[in-house]
Amino acid sequence: MELGRGLKQTAFWLVLFAGFALVPVLSTSKYHMLLASHILLWGLFAVAFNMLWGVTGMLSFGQALYYGLGAYAVGLMVKHVGTGWFLPGVALGLIGAVILSIAVGLLIIRVSGVFFTVLTLAFGQLAWQITFRWYHFTGGDDGIQSIIPPGILGNGLVYYYFILVLVALSIWLLQRLSQSPMGVLLRCVRQNPSRVPFLGQSVRFSQLRVYVVSSFFSALAGSLMAGVDNSIHTDMLYWTTSGEVILMSVLGGIGQFFGPFIGAGVIIILQDVVGAKTQYWPLMIGIVMMVMVLLLPKGLVGEFQSLSARLKSLAAPR
Amino acid sequence: MDLSFIAVQLLSGLTMATLLFLVASGLTLIFGVGNVFNFAHGSFYMLGAYFAYQTVSALHTNFWAAALMAALGAGIIGMLAEFLFLRRIYGRSEEGGFQILLTYSFILVIDDLVKMIWGTEYKSLLRPAGFQGSISAGDVTMPTYNLAIIAIGLVIVVLAWLILTRTRPGRVARAAALDREMLGAMGVNVPLTMTLVFGIATALGGFAGALAAPLRSVTPGAGIEVIIDSLIVVVIGGMGHFWGAWLGALLLGEVTSFAVAIVPEWASVVGYLVMVLCLIFKPEGLFAPRQVRKA
Repeated sequence: MELGRGLKQTAFWLVLFAGFALVPVLSTSKYHMLLASHILLWGLFAVAFNMLWGVTGMLSFGQALYYGLGAYAVGLMVKHVGTGWFLPGVALGLIGAVILSIAVGLLIIRVSGVFFTVLTLAFGQLAWQITFRWYHFTGGDDGIQSIIPPGILGNGLVYYYFILVLVALSIWLLQRLSQSPMGVLLRCVRQNPSRVPFLGQSVRFSQLRVYVVSSFFSALAGSLMAGVDNSIHTDMLYWTTSGEVILMSVLGGIGQFFGPFIGAGVIIILQDVVGAKTQYWPLMIGIVMMVMVLLLPKGLVGEFQSLSARLKSLAAPR
Repeated sequence: MDLSFIAVQLLSGLTMATLLFLVASGLTLIFGVGNVFNFAHGSFYMLGAYFAYQTVSALHTNFWAAALMAALGAGIIGMLAEFLFLRRIYGRSEEGGFQILLTYSFILVIDDLVKMIWGTEYKSLLRPAGFQGSISAGDVTMPTYNLAIIAIGLVIVVLAWLILTRTRPGRVARAAALDREMLGAMGVNVPLTMTLVFGIATALGGFAGALAAPLRSVTPGAGIEVIIDSLIVVVIGGMGHFWGAWLGALLLGEVTSFAVAIVPEWASVVGYLVMVLCLIFKPEGLFAPRQVRKA
């Protein structure tokens, strides 16, 4: 049984990785590669977000703060220091995300539940306001354009495989983390926080740790996105970005590790097919969110799993 | 900085505080009584502004009638939203997160519906007749409309306090905040109470939107600015505390008003700073009674 589960997981990994690796081979269109890059990076962002909510039960409405921080670290380095400073910008964004998430985390894990959500939102909006107003440093509403990864990474194909490897590595690390003893502890924090001290563990410290981890990988997704789109914009810090990553997670299913990744794929493809044709995209995702919350709270992956489990139990001889 | 400057800023801060309080009190009422966090509260504020605009431009009524219509409209839509959607997720495990997501979806839907119906361009509403001038006392000049808003706000504060503490519906609402099950056992229709409370709170939000419409232009997206300001208010004041909301609104209104005059570019950031300071020193809210913190 355990072996079967391990095999299944490895197979899933291989199929997913091979699928994304084959995109540039199967399609010569640059556009499909762009779409696949977006799915990869939003998928990483969503999986990192779900470490907070699905695993630990902390609904953050402000992860755009770190996503944007990663992107702006790269953008500002390239804009103010020099075009070759792309990778140091990524590193700076990651270090910045760790430091900022410890500082903000210490403030906001003092409250729980709805208040936590509200505070993450407020800090995210604060960062957005500052970026928006500080025109001569951040470019304000104009954003920053022509961010080109340096050297060989400047080649679209190389950059695609670069992010594929980094995203796969990050998601693998996050999966290991969620299956590790720490991951079990985080689930315990969600399900029964008052029992955690009985295990000799601290709720606050666990929450802070996962907040920092999630923010780190959100920043990584943001900084790599700057190289995909070659431009960044204050919208990356805006609260709707946080909302979008939540929607992806709910759509895919917050109870499953890969649910948010699947959700990201569905939303990106939907946005590509439908979003371009309608100016009422927010209305559509609002309705999708409403349907998911009211009717399918387990998400697509979760509902599919419970459906197939029910079919199996019907088919099995009694 | 002379005295008249301070007086003008104090008064304009008071105007802002009154509007903030009207929105934040609805938010805090729903949370206090129903333990529901209405993320979309700002959208009802926005709806109120549009309803007032529509009533004035289509029916040519006077402004005050339009403001009442706005409150009524926002209240009815609020009750519908509670009855049709929110009610379905009460009592679900991890309800808080799903409430936020559901009310977040309201924001997206209401914003886009408003864009469909009224378009994206700015709408403006004239100040009501009789309140278009201003009053001067010495160097201090104040538009009469702002003074009217402050007066209306004071009346509503006192009325709301009297209703909550002195009347039977007020007592039922406060009892629902403490123990919903016991209230039901006493023969009170708790679901109906929740719907009505939601309606009253969203009506307050809509009324505030209508009152603010002549001061600020009416745009889609106004809801989100307002919700974040009222979040700051309830964080400062302590969620679910009536007077906390009032004092929080007062503090944020005054601080913002002075910031607008002194550092106009960064005025919107100053409010957050107040909130951060408050969080560092008293995370349960500046004006909330001290209590044991939850883990």
